[in-house]
Amino acid sequence: MEIFNNILIYFVIVPLLTLGGLALCSNRGIKAIRTVAVVGASVLMVLAIALVKMFLAARGAGVTDEMILRSDVMWYAPFNVHLALGVDGVSVVMILLSAFIVFAGVFASWKMNPLPKQFFMWFFLLSTGVFGFFISIDLFTMFMFYEVALIPMYLLIGVWGSGNKNYSAMKLTLMLMGGSAFLMLGLIGIYFHSAPEGQPLTMNILDIAHNNAIPHSWQYVLFPLTFVGFGVLGAMFPFHTWSPDGHASAPTAVSMLHAGVLMKLGGYGCFRIAIYLMPFAANELAWIFLLLTGFSIVYGALSACVQTDLKYINAYSSVSHCGMVLFAILMFNTTAMTGAVLQMLSHGLMTALFFALIGMIYGRTHTRDIRDMGGMMHIMPYLGVGYVIAGLASLGLPGLSGFAAEMTIFFGSFQHTDTFHRVLTIMATTSIVVTAVYILRVVAKLLFGEVQDEHHRSLTDASWEERLSTATLILAVAAIGCFPNFFVNIISSSFEPVVKALQAALPMI
Amino acid sequence: MMDYSQFLLMPQEIGLLLVFLLVFIYDTFMPERTQRYMPVFTVIMMALYTIYCFCCPAAVGEAFGGMFETNAPTWVMKNILNVGVVLVLLQAVKWTNGDFVSVRRGEFYELTLLTLLGMFLMISARHFLLFVIGLETASLPIAALAAFEKRYYESHEAAAKYIFTAIFSSAIFLLGISFVYGMSGSLYFKDIAVSLIGNHSALLIASLAFVIAGVGFKLSLVPFHLWTADVYQGAPTAVTSYLSVISKGAAAFSFLVILVQVFGSAYSQVWEWMLYAIIILTITLGNLFAVRQRNLKRFLAFSSISQAGYIMLGVIAVNVMGMSSMIYYVLVYIFSNLAAFGVIAAIERQTGKVTMDDYNGLFKTNPWLAFTMMLAMFSLGGIPPFAGFFSKFFIFVGACHQGSVAIYALVLIALVNTIISLYYYLLVVKAMFIRQDECVIPKFQSHWTERIGMILCVLGIIFIGLVSCIYASINGAVDAIGAMFAAVQ
Repeated sequence: MEIFNNILIYFVIVPLLTLGGLALCSNRGIKAIRTVAVVGASVLMVLAIALVKMFLAARGAGVTDEMILRSDVMWYAPFNVHLALGVDGVSVVMILLSAFIVFAGVFASWKMNPLPKQFFMWFFLLSTGVFGFFISIDLFTMFMFYEVALIPMYLLIGVWGSGNKNYSAMKLTLMLMGGSAFLMLGLIGIYFHSAPEGQPLTMNILDIAHNNAIPHSWQYVLFPLTFVGFGVLGAMFPFHTWSPDGHASAPTAVSMLHAGVLMKLGGYGCFRIAIYLMPFAANELAWIFLLLTGFSIVYGALSACVQTDLKYINAYSSVSHCGMVLFAILMFNTTAMTGAVLQMLSHGLMTALFFALIGMIYGRTHTRDIRDMGGMMHIMPYLGVGYVIAGLASLGLPGLSGFAAEMTIFFGSFQHTDTFHRVLTIMATTSIVVTAVYILRVVAKLLFGEVQDEHHRSLTDASWEERLSTATLILAVAAIGCFPNFFVNIISSSFEPVVKALQAALPMI
Repeated sequence: MMDYSQFLLMPQEIGLLLVFLLVFIYDTFMPERTQRYMPVFTVIMMALYTIYCFCCPAAVGEAFGGMFETNAPTWVMKNILNVGVVLVLLQAVKWTNGDFVSVRRGEFYELTLLTLLGMFLMISARHFLLFVIGLETASLPIAALAAFEKRYYESHEAAAKYIFTAIFSSAIFLLGISFVYGMSGSLYFKDIAVSLIGNHSALLIASLAFVIAGVGFKLSLVPFHLWTADVYQGAPTAVTSYLSVISKGAAAFSFLVILVQVFGSAYSQVWEWMLYAIIILTITLGNLFAVRQRNLKRFLAFSSISQAGYIMLGVIAVNVMGMSSMIYYVLVYIFSNLAAFGVIAAIERQTGKVTMDDYNGLFKTNPWLAFTMMLAMFSLGGIPPFAGFFSKFFIFVGACHQGSVAIYALVLIALVNTIISLYYYLLVVKAMFIRQDECVIPKFQSHWTERIGMILCVLGIIFIGLVSCIYASINGAVDAIGAMFAAVQ
């Protein structure tokens, strides 16, 4: 089979093999389970790095195709569904991000109890979905992997979660599946208008974009359906309520993977499907979603200010930061969209780091309420420093990832000269200040405040696997902050076709 | 002089009759001590016959002056039903060898096979007389099957409910047919179709309403569904699973044939809207009632009502894609539902427990049963990569292929309903995996026949979706009669 010569397919095969390997492990053999999981995650990491090198080499050699490493296998001929693979700069960095988070997630759930085997099996099923989503360019397979990534969340939260986990798991699953129900209708609608009259219908994203045959009247319906469908996962304002509950109840690694990668599926899908395939309606209706996402940014940040549970603070800050991603994508110029992808990377790593640290602190103190904790900097300096770095990245300190991303976004947004975009951008920039407020509040109270509970003085600092997990993420955060150009070079060429399509769809004045 | 070669066109029916006769002879003449092996014997015979049907090329042609027709799609439909019956019979083996049932086990197998023959006639009938014969053959023995657990009051109640509703709905159906006969002067599908072109009279509307009501009873479409929950709950689980997949599948196939072949000319004027309303009601009410059920058999009854609504989406599409998606949907539904019933039957036989709360913590004690049940629930709820996702997606695509905005709205309603259905399917998963309980169902070993049945269902759930040639072959078969849809207006 020719498709097995493509590196991309292994991003699906490796997690599945890991899943199979885990299934063979005995329930009690924790060492074997850990070994298999670590091997799987490491292979994915190596593959992701190899993919980046291949991508850079291809671009360096002057390959200017929109997508590279393409393969195509017919799957369901009656519907013209293919197993079509291909990546551009955006998907490459997303795959790299996912590989990082999966790797760190395995170490963050090192002491998972009970049922470690089942936990890792669901974990790798989820990663299969995530990687599959980023490598496919066929609507059907993409949607299939999207849902594969969603459903394990139910059991991961329901079985291994904490707090009000039954409620959160059900709410999260139903809201995300509700989003994907709209999405499914949107995709079916796109499929039936994918080609001009008389030509065979197609599910291939590139073909649909080139045909550009979706009638304008249909775009008005299908664009909101798909954008909202993905927007639910991107925690867009009225549909974000699953996110705080879900994150608060989920176990550490699942929070990491969910905030770090899964929420990026939403932003990626909005960009790749909703905007790219329906540029006309995107231009016409962008203002509605700009208002919503602009509101998300400020609302999320303000909500984070009044929370006392560490995970809730971080979840609301995710709403704010993911709002920023969608906001930037809707600006429709290369600079802002590049910023959006940088923000996805930055937020993914930073939130994963946050959740990992929160999980480690919670594992020691058994509370996540900042009112019950204090003085952690003396007690566990390693975790304390990690938390400060994550916080500084979140509030946009130069040299860390948040700065590079947010600067690019706001530069891009300000390229619009009309009042509407300017006012919204100014509104969105206020979130930076609010972010500083809630981050510094936590850092002051949690790390440098009075020790609230004398028992906390005897707690230990991070163990080796925890150090490894956080160090990986911190290095990645710093790498993006110090060398954003490396990532920008990979990403920015990918936006040309989208921006071109958007400009071509603008009404002639 | 009759041309006996016409019988060659019914190899599936004749093969089924042979299986039936073999079982009957075994039951009647074999010594008592060998009777224990009769269930396994039946399953093996049925499986051999099914495999034979898969290997043969489809018989195509008309027999008996056009009363009976066999073509590629009917061949596929019957094969699918055969597979389902093999699974049902396999799961029933242990139950029929049980204490109170074993004296009558022959009747169970004989009646089941006979009703299947009736269903075959329903699918292949191209004359209303033959269709009614098939319908009655497929309905009445089921009442006897429902009453099989003689010692339980509920079993009797189920049988009584079933037979009264069956008779009543047949009467309504016959009334509808007699109206049609009055209008067209014939009972042949082809002649009726020709004479009804351009006819949108009140009488036609009335007769269509009666016909839909008559068949809608078998499919348990809302508002003809009231018998379903009680019968499903009261009947023995093997019979319930037979009723919920095979009987429903056969009725859906023949419903499509009647609506398209006989009443095709009245599609957009009359029955599209009737079916439209029925689908919305069926999916929504079925789902809303299922949310409240604690008894798993009642729960699956309401879930199967709403699944019937999804199946009807393939009928309202009136195109090749819709019809092949519908056949595929039934195939997937057979495997998913039988996996669920297999688990329920095994647990009920072992412990007598059937409510959702009894399943709390099942994963701890019986992980494989819990795993099977979970896959069944995910497949019924349409979660990828399991087969249910593919069948749902395809049936929606098939429906939207019809093209009108109204159908898109219908699909949206159906999609919103999948979220409700996902909620209650997840309730079962939650009970098994998340909840804890003191009196968990103890660990037990299910019988090997039950295990084989469940393993086959699980394999089906996993692979029917991923292996695309299954859908392709169904689609190819339906394509052969694609011209049928040209007459639909």
